[in-house]
Amino acid sequence: MKSFGGSVLFLNRPDINTDEIIPAKYLTEIEREALKPYLFEDLNLDGFVPNRDIPGHEVIVSRANFGCGSSREHAPWALEANGIRLVIAESFARIFHQNMFNCGLLAVELPAEAIERLFKEYAHRATVAAADVARSVLAVRTDDHAEEIPFTLAEFDRALVEAGGWLEYANARY
Amino acid sequence: MGKTVAEKIFDTHVVDRPAQDVWILRLDAVFCHEITTPTAILDLMRKGRDQVFDPSKIKAVIDHVTPAKDSNTALQGKILRDWVRRHQITDFFDVGRNGVCHVLFPEQGFVRPGYAVIMGDSHTCTDGAFGAFTPGVGTTDLAVGILKGVGAFRTPRTMKITLVGRLRPGVFAKDVILSIIGRIGMNGATHRIVEFDGPVVADMNMDARMTLCNMTVEAGGTCGICYPDKITADYLWEFIRGGYPDPAAAAAAFHQWWPDPDAVYEEVVVHDVSNVEPVTTFGWKPDNVKPVRAMQGTPIDQVFIGSCTNGRLDDLRSAASVLRGRKIHPHVRAIVCPTTPKIYAQALAEGLIQIFLDAGCCVTNSTCGPCLGMSTGVLAEGEVCASTSNRNFNGRMGRGGMVHLMSPATAAASALAGHIQNSELFNG
Repeated sequence: MKSFGGSVLFLNRPDINTDEIIPAKYLTEIEREALKPYLFEDLNLDGFVPNRDIPGHEVIVSRANFGCGSSREHAPWALEANGIRLVIAESFARIFHQNMFNCGLLAVELPAEAIERLFKEYAHRATVAAADVARSVLAVRTDDHAEEIPFTLAEFDRALVEAGGWLEYANARY
Repeated sequence: MGKTVAEKIFDTHVVDRPAQDVWILRLDAVFCHEITTPTAILDLMRKGRDQVFDPSKIKAVIDHVTPAKDSNTALQGKILRDWVRRHQITDFFDVGRNGVCHVLFPEQGFVRPGYAVIMGDSHTCTDGAFGAFTPGVGTTDLAVGILKGVGAFRTPRTMKITLVGRLRPGVFAKDVILSIIGRIGMNGATHRIVEFDGPVVADMNMDARMTLCNMTVEAGGTCGICYPDKITADYLWEFIRGGYPDPAAAAAAFHQWWPDPDAVYEEVVVHDVSNVEPVTTFGWKPDNVKPVRAMQGTPIDQVFIGSCTNGRLDDLRSAASVLRGRKIHPHVRAIVCPTTPKIYAQALAEGLIQIFLDAGCCVTNSTCGPCLGMSTGVLAEGEVCASTSNRNFNGRMGRGGMVHLMSPATAAASALAGHIQNSELFNG
């Protein structure tokens, strides 16, 4: 199983689509690592500068319907190529959500109020978050504050994360 | 308790239930294109599992960038070609015989009522127009589909959208689906299958039903579904004639893939199309929908008529009826893309291609290219496109470009006017 934690990048907008996560013109790359420089190149978010804002972050916190649009698994690949293996959001589009777990990555849904509170209390300061999959708990901390937030993980999603992805799971079972 | 269409398909395809809410389904077909499949092929090769579950059930096409535009896309094509030859996959559509997957594969009779089909492409939802369960998936799901012939899906949740009323002249399936997305929102059908029913759908031909189902993913939907009937049977007749005495008998047999009268839906939306007028999008989200008249006069640089949403014969006829005998605006370039060679040939035979050429349009080979800014029609920063495609996301057709989604008739009228324009002006 992969590890899920690190410095948090807050993306304060709903409906961040997979074209924004990785534009289609880069889908001509067949190796995942080649996607690294292009993550969020077209993200429509005021003040966001990919080269400046992405490095050093391993966790994303965002709003509703994260990963909507195209089915491209290049979206989670581009995230992982940049060291981001955990996305926390109010909700996810179906295919993106499935792709994350299929890659052995973690997409954690939290209620709107919990997401709102994360933005309010943490978005303006350096924050670290880590997911403990076994306990279904997110540990969130800053220099002077720490808390634990429980989350729910579907049984099958947990099995995929533990197996390292859907291909590994299916290969062993079907 | 009665069952929805998806519940019936799940019941007949289930091979395992690894968790209470998860169904492993046997797949009737796995569709592949050159953008999302090569990585799946390489992953399988790296794991020493370069195998396919059944070559006769795998269909492959090169459609996103065709012919190849550079070394990367040439390599993607080569990986796919080498793979189909290695595994004797005979339903492979290479340059010259290729078309946009969600138009080509139904046209080839590969989608049938009651099927479960996956493809590594979100607009696979289009194929549900045949009464099938056809979710788009990512590359790993595709790899498992190729290797094992199965896919994992959540217990289906279905919403029903009942279309009633009468379509006004100049209003098409594209306006209907955009008006629905505008109403329910781009998250309005997430994790749900959308059944389209009602008299308006019953009257629609397969081209229009595919347009409707194509954009269900723009509301977050898993796939659209239309009930398979005589229109479906007529469309598929050349492929199914061995199995039934006539199309009416086929339609009667298809009835098993209709929902039960007491099927349970999460939500039922009744949408009166009598009130729908020609619409277009503004901004970066497909649920930002406005009447064309409210956007009229917005200057445009490019028009794109094509894509898996609106590049079928009916769409080309609709655009040609507006363009016939007229010239497009001198400041506009219009790209017309018939989405399969068969559609291209039919458009040629009907004189539609001549109408496009006379009007000053560029008619391209069948490709997905312009819709997602991959080839043959990329926008420059600050440029605006009136497009019959399905996504107006930021940068979708080229970095810094703006896309307004609309019907082929409205796109054609806009090409003539040089700005967003209702097609009424050009009728007759």
